[in-house]
Amino acid sequence: MTDQPNNTDVEKFVNQPYKYGFSTNIENDNIAKGLNEDIIRLISKKKNEPAFLLKFRLKAYKKWKKMKFPEWGQLQFPEIDFQDIIYYSAPKQTKKLESLDDVDPELLKTFEKLGIPLTEQKRLSNVAVDAIFDSASIGTTYKEELAKMNIVFTSLSEAAQEYPELIQKYLGKVVPIGDNYFSTLNSAVFTDGSFCYIPENVKCPYELSTYFRINEPKSGQYERTLIIAAENSQVSYLEGCTAPQYDDNQVHAAVVELIALDNADIKYSTVQNWYTGDYKSRGGIQNLVTKRGLCSGTNSKISWTQVETGSSVTWKYPSCLLVGDNSQGEFYSVSFTKDYQQADTGSKMIHVGKNSRSKIIAKGICAGNSRNTYRGAVSVNAKALGARNYSQCDSLLMGNSTNSNTFPFISVRNPTTKIEHEATTTTVGEEQIFYFLQRGISLEKAIGLIVSGFCQEVFTKLPLEFSVEADQLLRLKLEGTVG
Amino acid sequence: MITKVPILELKNLKVTIGDKEVLKDLNLTVNKGEIHAIMGPNGSGKSTFSKVIAGHPSYDILSGDILFNGKSILSLEPDQRSHLGIFLAFQYPIEIPGVSNEEFLELIYNSKLEAENKEVKTLSTDFFNLLNEKLKLLDISEDFIWRNVNEGFSGGEKKRNEILQMMLLDSELSILDEIDSGLDIDALKIISNGINSFMNPDKAIILITHYQRLLDYVKPTYVHVIQNGKIIKTGNADLAKELELKGYDWLKEIN
Repeated sequence: MTDQPNNTDVEKFVNQPYKYGFSTNIENDNIAKGLNEDIIRLISKKKNEPAFLLKFRLKAYKKWKKMKFPEWGQLQFPEIDFQDIIYYSAPKQTKKLESLDDVDPELLKTFEKLGIPLTEQKRLSNVAVDAIFDSASIGTTYKEELAKMNIVFTSLSEAAQEYPELIQKYLGKVVPIGDNYFSTLNSAVFTDGSFCYIPENVKCPYELSTYFRINEPKSGQYERTLIIAAENSQVSYLEGCTAPQYDDNQVHAAVVELIALDNADIKYSTVQNWYTGDYKSRGGIQNLVTKRGLCSGTNSKISWTQVETGSSVTWKYPSCLLVGDNSQGEFYSVSFTKDYQQADTGSKMIHVGKNSRSKIIAKGICAGNSRNTYRGAVSVNAKALGARNYSQCDSLLMGNSTNSNTFPFISVRNPTTKIEHEATTTTVGEEQIFYFLQRGISLEKAIGLIVSGFCQEVFTKLPLEFSVEADQLLRLKLEGTVG
Repeated sequence: MITKVPILELKNLKVTIGDKEVLKDLNLTVNKGEIHAIMGPNGSGKSTFSKVIAGHPSYDILSGDILFNGKSILSLEPDQRSHLGIFLAFQYPIEIPGVSNEEFLELIYNSKLEAENKEVKTLSTDFFNLLNEKLKLLDISEDFIWRNVNEGFSGGEKKRNEILQMMLLDSELSILDEIDSGLDIDALKIISNGINSFMNPDKAIILITHYQRLLDYVKPTYVHVIQNGKIIKTGNADLAKELELKGYDWLKEIN
């Protein structure tokens, strides 16, 4: 990859095959390729949606048709032919699923292979999982236990049937129809996703988790997640993602909306491991995601943690609108790119409430010929007296062909604000590696230790069960011998 | 008469970095129970010498050989050389952000056990007992091991951490590259005591230094002067004293 003698060893270890590249052979209910009003009506009909949702979709589609593909990112990828995508693909089911026992064993096997067992005997303790396969939710674990506490955790399709008033009230409240190109597309064609409602004064005892799997080669995944934490409630939510290895690009344009009312606390974590494309930049998921949280209540808190290791292209900026007084927004990110992966990611913190506080810790690890960009905005409104922000962006470069950028944007409209920004760039150098080797530590372990040390601050923010997993995932991505 | 058993033998060693010749026909034998001091002006090849023995990848060995306990180590990777019992205390130890000293020390300790096909346990009492004993010996407070490796350490703390690692690995051959630089007199005494208590008739130590001061505390068997990638003079401890007085220029004249 590079002619220089140093770092070749390092690069050797960042080239290993994707572990989740298998596909599941299952009969799918696919609709025809292409995007038009009829397709949208068909999706809505397949999901038996209430009329307001169809209206929502059509309104979005009209706006989207007038919008332009955003070109401001530090990203280069071929134009997406939106007419060449299947917008609805779901495993064929002959009857309505009453419980997870009715799910096709092939699907259960798929999720088990991914490390997400769904059946009652095997399900993860303390983690309630909603498993989404292409466009449809397969099932949710711990449903009864959650229902006892009046916690709603279900697929968005089911929620549209059972809690239409909540959906109508909150969907599109944080990411309005027409917000940006990809979110608007999502608003028109979203197929499934998770819905959570944590009632007042309830601290959810389980980690809520959605696992996304794209299987169908020609489909995209347009899921939509909506989480509402009522007054004094608390929830921690985690999403994981994988996809089979195909030579064609696949689009993943998701929207996530979080709403935290007075004193509510939402922690949202992502471990993203979509297929990255191969070392020649063929195939891979284009991960074009809009995630935004609204801290509408006083003392509310939203915390985003992301570990982004997959996808050929990543375009996402989990953000917080800090409207409530004393509200808090946090963003902790590890973004790892290798080969020809491109990531343009960061966060936006918009301060409106008095004494609102935000913190951004972004760690980029850039190897091979990849591009890794941090793009962030901190904006403090005139009314946000006493607002504070701390941002830290660190880049770790491995190899000599990497491209790493940082674009922080700060806008402050009142004099009582305190903003701090720190940034560092370091390389995994020959001398560092030599130090480890001299102490008898193998190259693999050395790189693993350097990288996990670099990410420590972010990993500790993940739920305990997943912090170890994220560390392992990253080491797996680094090591040549495992997997 | 005690028979001499060589640990390290450098034979006609010629080494280049890029197209620059850095070691020219270097010969040296270090036997068990010996302490060798390597002195010489800046840029004479002292640090190169230590890195070449440890297997740094930047250097090309043009000719000659390096034997460790009678066997050539030229084809071995740095980590394999470490497992054989070669330790290098760095002049400038690197910092490792986000990794606690405890985690690192345990990892190097276990890596050695693993290389010797011994049972490896995490958080073993053996390790902590040994660690605590060495911490006391080097007058290091316990909170030191919970800080990140060398991050924000003072110069003296970094050097102590190097000696601590040498002790944990119980290396047969230890090369200490300017272990005395940046130390105040108290720290120098502590480190010297550490080295002396570590030394035994089965081990060997090579001290690379600019100053006679260290050699007041750690008595060398031999003192060598390196210049232009060659050993130009070998003597006993008195040679260091002479160098302290006269500098290196007089050696140039006699050569």
